[in-house]
Amino acid sequence: MSEQEIDLKKRRFLTNATSVVGAVGVGFVLVPFLSSWMPSARAKAAGAPVDVDISKLEDGQLVRVLWRKKPVWIFKRDKDTVARLDTLNDILVDPNNEEPQQPDYAKNKWRSINPEIAVIIGICTHLGCSPTYRPEVGAADLGGDEWQGGFYCPCHGSKFDLAGRVYKNTPAPINLAIPPYHFVSDTLIRLGVDPKV
Amino acid sequence: MDNNKNWIDQRFPLTKVWNEHLAEYYTPRNFNFWYFFGSLAILVLVIQLFTGIFLTMHYKPDAANAFASVEYIMRDVDWGWLIRYIHSTGASAFFVVIYLHMYRALLYGSYKAPRELIWILGMVLYIALMAEAFMGYVLPWGQMSYWGAKVIINLFGSFPIVGDIILEFILGDYAVGDATLNRFFSLHVIAIPLILVVLVFLHIVALHTVGSNNPDGVEIKQNKDENGIPKDGIPFHPYYSVKDIVGVVVFLMIFSSIVFFAPALGGYFLEGPNFIEANPLMTPDHIAPLWYLTPFYSVLRAVPPMFGSQLPGVLAMFSALLILIALPWLDRSKVKSIRYRSWPYKVALGIFVVTFVVLGWLGMQAVTPLYSLMAQIFTTLYFAFFILMPWFTSIGKTKPVPERTTEK
Repeated sequence: MSEQEIDLKKRRFLTNATSVVGAVGVGFVLVPFLSSWMPSARAKAAGAPVDVDISKLEDGQLVRVLWRKKPVWIFKRDKDTVARLDTLNDILVDPNNEEPQQPDYAKNKWRSINPEIAVIIGICTHLGCSPTYRPEVGAADLGGDEWQGGFYCPCHGSKFDLAGRVYKNTPAPINLAIPPYHFVSDTLIRLGVDPKV
Repeated sequence: MDNNKNWIDQRFPLTKVWNEHLAEYYTPRNFNFWYFFGSLAILVLVIQLFTGIFLTMHYKPDAANAFASVEYIMRDVDWGWLIRYIHSTGASAFFVVIYLHMYRALLYGSYKAPRELIWILGMVLYIALMAEAFMGYVLPWGQMSYWGAKVIINLFGSFPIVGDIILEFILGDYAVGDATLNRFFSLHVIAIPLILVVLVFLHIVALHTVGSNNPDGVEIKQNKDENGIPKDGIPFHPYYSVKDIVGVVVFLMIFSSIVFFAPALGGYFLEGPNFIEANPLMTPDHIAPLWYLTPFYSVLRAVPPMFGSQLPGVLAMFSALLILIALPWLDRSKVKSIRYRSWPYKVALGIFVVTFVVLGWLGMQAVTPLYSLMAQIFTTLYFAFFILMPWFTSIGKTKPVPERTTEK
């Protein structure tokens, strides 16, 4: 045994230093274990961006694409249809897109980047059914003359216009969601990735 | 024989532990009916661990195979139906026993000093048990498993900013699916059971350090004879081990009646829609959690969304659960047992019991304007019990507490 006095200050410093370094080490070791809970590469791949070729899309035609296990509608609106979107403001809940249901670059009266090409997540904001595409103007079963074409949810009767905006007095509370997307070229849409600024 | 015992005792404190915790562990002599439920809770835990081990041998934690593997256990595995029904009935029995165990603490002030830590450990056990039961209910991958999981997990998505990341972290995907089922299986069969066993051990160590409370709320250690043995104490073994066996027999009679004659108990222990395989495209008409979670589900639904967010309801639900932990410090009464408490506490406890039962019932019903209003009133009463407790436990006249326990 040494005759030296025990240096308590030094001992406390060493204890604390060891504890801190140990805690940092535990923190690093935790990272892989916690990360293993996040969506795996396979799950992410299933949620990866989807490319859609719209070169053959005709006026009024709608295609459904699966993105992140959700149906996404891509359809083409002709000039008349785009013009009619202005006339509905009185019967819509949120005609000016105040609710954050779309990326900023789609916060306009067409709710899209290109006024003629609509990209909308096809899930009713009420209880998650997928509404039906009813583009015909004046459909008798959907209110006759008032109906300017849009989407009708068969589950609980919610109605949306051709920009996915919800009609007043139907069960859905807010407009349909617009996914992030951008045009890679004039005829190729990439779903799931914002346009580069 | 003695030689063998000595051989072990020199290497492991067998006789010491036996004496300290059983043969010479002195327990108040005046325990009544309400003191059965601690040992019954251990019995149910053992039943669940044992049947769970055997179910794991046949169950497949895979979204594509889970439902079929449960049906396989029910139909093709010899006696599989019995093992599964014991396990599913055991889940509900666990909560029946635990709720009565907790009510005993409220009756006799068992959470009060010096037993605060026993109460806190018990509350952590209770919360862990809820998580265990919830994840277990997801495993059969029926409609209620799936949609119940979806609703409960989505609660965590209501936190601002981090909500979506928490959701992805819990789900392991962007929706409830195979990854979620697989991790719930892991947590249900190993992680939480381990935590439960450790917590039960700590709960009992803490209990045996301070000793049991009793229906008179008298500290028996304050009255010891010349040998240092509490005058009102009797050794746990054989006196209470034998008494507890009576409780076990009666409990098992009721338990097996349910297992054999009404394992679904009219939809309370196993819900009808859970006999249909999970279908992500079709929501059942009415989603309700199992009965033991419904009081808190009622609180969740009673609070309306504010600022376009479910968060206030979620916070109310978690507070309803966590506020129980503060009980030892909210109760200002100098008296432990209901026998000597002032009348305001008796009234408040009565209202609280009714409130808890009504909230539980409301949580099983579909929402109507009347039921929503009732849920809001009873949620207010629920929180009032705790918030007003420092006041109503300090007013009114308490009766004098005797020096010794009263049963002759």
